[in-house]
Amino acid sequence: MGAFGGCCGTVTEKSLSSLAVGEGGVVSKIGGDGGLKRRILEMGLVPGTEIRVERKAPLNDPVSVWFRGYELSLRVDEADAVFIRPKGCAGCGGGCR
Amino acid sequence: MGYTVALTGNPNTGKTSLFNALTGSNQHVGNWPGVTVERKEGRFRTGDGEVKVVDLPGIYSLGAASLDEEIAADFLLRSRPDLAIVVADGSNLERSLYLAVQMLEMGTPLVLALNMMDTAAEKGITIDVEKLSSLLGIPVVPTVARRKEGIEDLKKRVFEELKNRTAPPNSFSLPYGERLAPLFDRMEAFLSSKPDLIPGLPARTAAVKFTEGDPAVLAAAETAGIRRELEAILSREGASVEASLGYDLQTAVIERRWGFVSGVTAEAVTRDLSLKTRLSLSDRIDRVVTSRTLGLPLFFLVTWAVFRLTYALGDPLVEIFEGLFESLGERSAAFLATAGLSDILVSFIQDGLIGGVGSVVVFFPHIFILFAFIAVLEDSGYMARGAFVMDRIMHLMGLHGKSFIPMLMGFGCNVPSMMATRILERPRDRMITLLILPFMSCSARLPVFVLFSGAFFGAHAGTAVFSLYILGIVVAIGAAKILGSTLFKGESSQLVMELPPYHIPSAGMVLRHAWERGFLFLQKAGTFILLSVVAVWVLASLPRGVEYGSEDSLVGSIGKALAPLFGPAGFGFWQAAVALFFGFLAKEVVVGTFGALLGAGEAGLTAALPSLFTPLSAYAFLVMTLLYVPCVAAVAAFKRETGSWKWTFFMIAYTTLVGYGGAVLVYQGGRLLGLG
Repeated sequence: MGAFGGCCGTVTEKSLSSLAVGEGGVVSKIGGDGGLKRRILEMGLVPGTEIRVERKAPLNDPVSVWFRGYELSLRVDEADAVFIRPKGCAGCGGGCR
Repeated sequence: MGYTVALTGNPNTGKTSLFNALTGSNQHVGNWPGVTVERKEGRFRTGDGEVKVVDLPGIYSLGAASLDEEIAADFLLRSRPDLAIVVADGSNLERSLYLAVQMLEMGTPLVLALNMMDTAAEKGITIDVEKLSSLLGIPVVPTVARRKEGIEDLKKRVFEELKNRTAPPNSFSLPYGERLAPLFDRMEAFLSSKPDLIPGLPARTAAVKFTEGDPAVLAAAETAGIRRELEAILSREGASVEASLGYDLQTAVIERRWGFVSGVTAEAVTRDLSLKTRLSLSDRIDRVVTSRTLGLPLFFLVTWAVFRLTYALGDPLVEIFEGLFESLGERSAAFLATAGLSDILVSFIQDGLIGGVGSVVVFFPHIFILFAFIAVLEDSGYMARGAFVMDRIMHLMGLHGKSFIPMLMGFGCNVPSMMATRILERPRDRMITLLILPFMSCSARLPVFVLFSGAFFGAHAGTAVFSLYILGIVVAIGAAKILGSTLFKGESSQLVMELPPYHIPSAGMVLRHAWERGFLFLQKAGTFILLSVVAVWVLASLPRGVEYGSEDSLVGSIGKALAPLFGPAGFGFWQAAVALFFGFLAKEVVVGTFGALLGAGEAGLTAALPSLFTPLSAYAFLVMTLLYVPCVAAVAAFKRETGSWKWTFFMIAYTTLVGYGGAVLVYQGGRLLGLG
């Protein structure tokens, strides 16, 4: 994975599942369907939340993410629904799209 | 005057410790109506009143995304407790507060128990209790439940709040911001002109919850016939809000709630940044425990150790219990015979009643020990790591990472393994695991395998036994795949699981948990097992005068009637049918039954069996023994864990069909290959 490109103006969103261990960013939106989306949001992964990928399981799935002072693990297909933008990109109203 | 108080909070906040500290031994365990999630109740006295505490499932939110959340939300909404205690983790206040804020919005009077203050202090976290209390508008009591600190203070504050209830409840309104507020105003105005959507739920909160798509509120709006009107307001006014925010309304509501929580946390919490908290001991352990190289081997080692130790420690105790009941049976039989009771009554008491009670009690040691280990794994935080490293593999079969533990335990005994499915939170994962567990070859099936393999496969006996274990696993995996994509197709499996910091489990909690599990089994599954044992005794002993389980008994007649059915599987004779019938009591009984029926005793069986079986039909018979309906105790455990007769009968029918189909397939396939 290359570094994040520029900020607003260019497309810089990535899915959480594409980040490597140690990489981080800010949640920009949660996709996916009803139950899963709601659960992810209610666990605190809402737009604006700073996160960091803490570790991956031996078979690279699930991934474990650090945010709000605790650690949450998600399957890769669940992490696909979480979109991340680089940390410096906080000032763009309406997120980076 | 009695009050009802709900106890709620996130998992891993010491909620159970707090419940125990509050109520002591004054507890009662049951189930929530209609579901098999445990419901605990306890009582404590304070001042001049008695308070009933209902322990709600440990949850992160009230969003009803899981069964546990549904139960908690439903209890708070419908049963309207007089007050709720929310247990928060002082060392991770932010995450704990989300649930508290949701409950505040519902208008439930609250007291916040700020638990694990010792851990918080170690991490350099200071919480301004006064400030937190004034920001939220509720009493906040610091506690360390494991050391029973702050408990009396908590009871006092709870009681004060209950007594002051005459005052109108604090109306709490979360600031949702200038973009969302006009939308909620419109909906609130509309809702205020109607009767309460859910009695006691403030109109403002109903509007918020409808907007975020809360299932309970959506359903209530549907029932009240105003769902369309509310949706019309949403689509009319919501679109512009969504456009200006940049995301959908559900995301917006939950994001604002978290925003409020973060704000409160930032004001009330100070961190001593000189303490390097992140590279904590937990983290260092995790570098090993979840590592690419060691993660899986360590997990296998731990679960294997649990498996070995459960049976190594439990088996001697089981033998003692068995011995006790056997001698008790013999003594009472001798006593009753001299007292002049008829043979059939003596046999009923010895083999039916005492034997029946014995066959229930022998499960206690294994259940007790296994659940002590499970409590240690869960309480320490390792269980979540195990699920984390195993999830990829188990998910291939449509199961959850934690399903591995009950499946492994199944090789020992299906009964405790079925009870171990309680570690799975989602009903779907639990049901599928329960349904495939009977295929894991328990240790009671081994004597049957060994006997037949020894008699028919000579030098290849070991391979034959091993192949049966593998067959069981393959059938279980296949069944999991099929069930997951048919009967449980609609329900998705989810992980989204916290990896809590490691902590040392308390011995008291572990023993309490193990005792509860064992005792509940005796209480709930005991009657069913006992009745089945008695029923089998009746069938084997009637009509009067026949030898127990012989050709002339009712069992023998049933065997003869069923025998032709087993023809295609290669064992169409009544002895096999009778042996399988008795195998329902306990699978190892198949061996003893053949011994008795062939008049050979168990020792002479190796020589006697070839008069009935060929090697091919013997293997088909073993396949049947492996796969058909598990023993009565496992069926009772299944019933207890699912709470459903419908699913229990389904399990009995489908395992038996799979067993029969497998046996026919082996026999007919073998004949086609010229093995017959």
